Amino acid sequence: MPRPVPVPDAVSKPFWDACNERRLIVQRCSACDRRQFPPEATCRDCGSEANLEWVATSGRGRIHGAIVMHDSRIKMWQPLQPYNLVGIALEDDPAIKFMSNLPGVPVHEVPVGAAVEVEFIEASPEQLVPEWRIVG
Amino acid sequence: MGELLRTSEDVGIWEHRGKVALVGRGHSPVYRRWDGKDMTQTLGALSILAAKAAMEDAGVTPDQIDGVITCPGGQSNGALMGAPWGPGRPYFAAPYDTEDGLSKVTAEWLVRELGLKNVKYVNSDGDNLFMMVGQGAQAVGDGKCNNLLILYPAGNLEGRYQQNESTNAPGPTQWTNPWGWGMGIAYPFAEYCRKYGSNHDRMAPFILNSRRNGLMVPWGYYALHEPYQLTTEDYLSARWICEPLSMLDCDRPVQASACYLMTTAERAKDMKQKPVYVLDYTMSSNRPRSNFETLEDTEAWTDAMARKVWKGSGLHASDIDVFNPYDGFALFTQYFLEAFQWHGVKRGEAHDFYAGDISVEGPHPLLPSGGNIGTGRTRTAIFTDCMEQLQGRAGPRQISGKREIALAGGVLPVNAGWTVFSSIPDA
Ligand SMILES: [Zn+2]
Repeated sequence: MPRPVPVPDAVSKPFWDACNERRLIVQRCSACDRRQFPPEATCRDCGSEANLEWVATSGRGRIHGAIVMHDSRIKMWQPLQPYNLVGIALEDDPAIKFMSNLPGVPVHEVPVGAAVEVEFIEASPEQLVPEWRIVG
Repeated sequence: MGELLRTSEDVGIWEHRGKVALVGRGHSPVYRRWDGKDMTQTLGALSILAAKAAMEDAGVTPDQIDGVITCPGGQSNGALMGAPWGPGRPYFAAPYDTEDGLSKVTAEWLVRELGLKNVKYVNSDGDNLFMMVGQGAQAVGDGKCNNLLILYPAGNLEGRYQQNESTNAPGPTQWTNPWGWGMGIAYPFAEYCRKYGSNHDRMAPFILNSRRNGLMVPWGYYALHEPYQLTTEDYLSARWICEPLSMLDCDRPVQASACYLMTTAERAKDMKQKPVYVLDYTMSSNRPRSNFETLEDTEAWTDAMARKVWKGSGLHASDIDVFNPYDGFALFTQYFLEAFQWHGVKRGEAHDFYAGDISVEGPHPLLPSGGNIGTGRTRTAIFTDCMEQLQGRAGPRQISGKREIALAGGVLPVNAGWTVFSSIPDA
């Protein structure tokens, strides 16, 4: 399904490269022991750059919340309305949230709280992006 | 954007508490859009009307004005233009020979077109309106000027704005647009309803009350152009934008301008209107913990705003007689209401409160201005109402009982400025 293709920048490139290897990674500050996503040039808490590292995630999470888009400002998404906008809380650190459309789950039927796991889908032939599916 | 001030959680009592006052307000008529042709409805033309009205209201002459602050107004939120616009478009004869005066108004443009001869403080770099009121108060308190015009132009051109036709998602959009994210204000509201056992329908009394109050604002969009009350059925049948955010939870973008005259408490005594003293302002700028705003973020941010207002003003929730929290979108006003615990409303109780008597005649007159929902996206109704309530000239919107202290603020939970006003300088 066509969708806007993320354009990696200096900070985000490791994340998108990892997606292409079907790995979901986030930044972690070793000084603060805090994960952060989306990635940034420095730690949000201590401002350090040197202590930021990329770490693997479990790729598991829970559905944190859901809304339904009926009138998107993003042209590419308008033919797909109404569609799910779902927040995913990462199992490793529920403060870390990802976005999802929960493909295959009808709008108004998103089971908030359900366990999910990451999968990777094509935004373009060159770029995979994380998506999520309900487990079991 | 201007510098944010008084942002610390440990903010103390403002050094100029009660030493600065609002003494005049002026509104242009409010139109839905500018058609690009009618030169009487440019943002510049409307700003001249508003500024002259503010000076007239205060009884101050143009020669007495020594400061002007404004902020990039123009198209709503500085958003992408809906219609083809910008460099390459045809311009008009002076003073409309550039974008300045058409879709934006700088302080320099206003100074020139009003022929203000004694201005020593010119600032076109104010932050959004809610911050700019504080920035203006600080400038007057610091002695940078004595009679300050605070101008807020709100523009709306033809077409739909912020439409994104890109097939790529660069910059911050790489984290949102691949999933078609948008209207994220609906997300914490959905969480709220789940957490506290409410639903979107229960917003109806608040929306209807705001429209009703707005119809009592003579310059407002609805009073001028759609002068009828909404029904509950209208609200419940409004089309979804991003469920649970419907069309009637959104404010109507408008073409309008408003202006305030702020001065020192000393000078205010001799002016035409009863002074409305500024007791405190504070500002907050936040970021979600992760990729989008959650209810947890929203509640933490708004709680912090309330703590700052109480620390900065030395007042408490029970002191606030007039409460005008921002409402564009209407879905977030409840977080402000609950954070400030106005009339004792605690987390999860806003919708119950809405179901009670929140009319201006009743015991809990929430948002007596009608806000943006009742007047259009001028953003200024809340400040004008605070003035008029404290001055006793709010007409049919005048609330009963004690009216010494007013609180107004916005824009969003993520980014807000709050100002405390009083009819007495040492309240
Ligand atoms: Zn750190």
